Amino acid sequence: MKMNGARIMVEMLKREGVKAVFGYPGGTVIDLYDVLLETDDISHTLVRHEQGAAHAADGYARTTGKVGVCIATSGPGATNLVTGLTNAYMDSVPLVAITGQVPTRLIGKDSFQEADTTGITMPITKHNFLVTHVEELTTVVRQAFHIASTGRPGPVLIDLPKDVQGAETEFVYPEKVDIHSYKPTYRGHARQTILAARAIRDAQRPLFYLGGGVISSGATAELFEVAEKCNIPVTYTLMGKGSFPETHPLALGWLGMHGTYSANKAVMECDLLIAVGARFDDRVTGNTATFARKARIIHIDIDPAEIGKNVKADYPIVGDAKKVIHEINKKLEPSKKDEWLATIKKWKNEYSPPRRNGEILLPSRVVEEVYRLTRGKAVVVTDVGQHQMWAAQIYKVDHPRSWASSGGLGTMGYGLPAAVGAQTGNPSSTVVLFSGDGSILMKVQELVTAVNYRLPIKIFVLNNCYLGMVRQWQECFYDGRYSCTHLENPDLAGVARAFGAEALTVEKAEELEGAVKKAMSVKDRPTLVDCRVASDENVLPFVPPGKSLDEMILG
Amino acid sequence: MQHVISVLVENRPRVLARVASLFARRGYNIESLAVGPTHNPSVSRITLAVRGDEDILEQITKQLYKLIDVIKVGDFTEINFVDRELALIKVSAPAANRSEIIQITEVFRARVVDVGERNLMIEVTGPPAKIDALQQLLKKYGILELTRTGRIALARGAQAL
Repeated sequence: MKMNGARIMVEMLKREGVKAVFGYPGGTVIDLYDVLLETDDISHTLVRHEQGAAHAADGYARTTGKVGVCIATSGPGATNLVTGLTNAYMDSVPLVAITGQVPTRLIGKDSFQEADTTGITMPITKHNFLVTHVEELTTVVRQAFHIASTGRPGPVLIDLPKDVQGAETEFVYPEKVDIHSYKPTYRGHARQTILAARAIRDAQRPLFYLGGGVISSGATAELFEVAEKCNIPVTYTLMGKGSFPETHPLALGWLGMHGTYSANKAVMECDLLIAVGARFDDRVTGNTATFARKARIIHIDIDPAEIGKNVKADYPIVGDAKKVIHEINKKLEPSKKDEWLATIKKWKNEYSPPRRNGEILLPSRVVEEVYRLTRGKAVVVTDVGQHQMWAAQIYKVDHPRSWASSGGLGTMGYGLPAAVGAQTGNPSSTVVLFSGDGSILMKVQELVTAVNYRLPIKIFVLNNCYLGMVRQWQECFYDGRYSCTHLENPDLAGVARAFGAEALTVEKAEELEGAVKKAMSVKDRPTLVDCRVASDENVLPFVPPGKSLDEMILG
Repeated sequence: MQHVISVLVENRPRVLARVASLFARRGYNIESLAVGPTHNPSVSRITLAVRGDEDILEQITKQLYKLIDVIKVGDFTEINFVDRELALIKVSAPAANRSEIIQITEVFRARVVDVGERNLMIEVTGPPAKIDALQQLLKKYGILELTRTGRIALARGAQAL
């Protein structure tokens, strides 16, 4: 059957099982949108800025495990995707971005709304394609989804010139996808697996360090089994939240700059660190020279380039976390680690962040109340900054894919559009967004998207009238010289109401419970709760940048 | 130390940009670069000379493999290999110096490929050190223009990279 490029694209999306796309039309994607108009099995969410489309697709992908899809026009539409693509690239989120491009005969002529999209996105995508002939399109789309979702996942961009969307060809579905220069390694090296299992058996003080790779691989059940069987305590990164139930006694909370006291202590004292799907980021390790200095290191990752990049591994294993852990598990017998677990328990009880008394509304209190009233069952999305750290410290996540936060890139403005994606992908779940007064205003226009599509997102803005994390650094390292971090904000509840959202303002702790309950009761539109919290609260513990994990500032 | 690495890539548009951009953003310095097709028209070979220790080379190799269009990466430094570079050197050659320059050319097994009234163009191939040496010797006669191709290399014997 003959079809034009636009129709082929939509047909291919259907065949890839795509149910939802996020986008914004423009001159070079009119053909594509024309086909979408009559496509019932794919829902399109119209965002109000293309960056929102990328973040929404990202939030959708993280919370559903499916590939997120976003669409933008050429030129400014495509350049607006850049932050969202970089964000997804840094956190290994599978996305397929479709951008319009000027007609092939106008490429390279500085035409209206022309940008070198594949050139610009080269370093921030796993791969990208410029389709110059409609005959290539089916193969390109098939490969794009394959590349995005296999191996170490990541964003893939397809740049589709307007004339290619209009050109007709016979539609032939490529049954097989085979890229001979792209063959990720899934099975771990057998000998290394044996050595790793032996190291785990012999360790007195082993510690799991889990990253986002555990969630992408779907390895949570396998890890749970090993941790319980061998009594191995577990810490995880911001990306790894949900890879192990946080309410489990073996869970230590997350590690690194604002990690828990017990997790950071455990890293420094363990004799075997088992890193799975994690990449030893500087926010996790602090000073790499002292990081886990008493430990031998097992590093399991599907991306060979991660192994040895930041920290040397004694037992490197390239492979899929689920398969590798399954293999290792077969070689392990149940064991006890009473002494080690007792030490860890002591650390857990030894310290909790200091807490002020009095009338003032503390940001941590907001997260606690939301956690309590959602019974820990919400899908939690965050923006970036202090509120993100408090959310990660306090809101305990027990299941994979119920936490979406910008880790590697630290993108303020990620939260609201990501929550739109998360709620779209999980219509029956309670989606909670923790944001800050700085972050929320970076992408506040997506409130109208949430209103338009009746998405009942619960937005809690920890409003301290500061760019809080920068303020904290200024307080600690710049003699309290608060340059440009105090924010003169509009009335956020008023802003939200203008967009058509429900809104409340909370100034005292005793108003919290009612406000959270009210937000939970709204089912047909977003609710923004502007929480006026203490402006001088710091996130603790705090490992100053470049310091060793045992040099935490505790209070 | 300097490593000569071979990168076999799919012969597609932008593949050189992908490789070059990777080196730029990861902070690796390319000292020499040569690109051309292989006996298989769908595959090109990029030969790079880069400087770095073992860890850097390992990272470069792994990062290159992450590019979808990269088929194979090999480091010649670990094996026996032949490497060559080609240079064209235009040197000032008035009658008084001409025979001396031609003599030097012969010693280097280089060739005179163009003769002008006051200049000669010399073609020389060999490992970079040989070309450096000839260039050094010709300097005093006055080099008018010079171009070098960048190193290419192949493994000796049956081994292949």
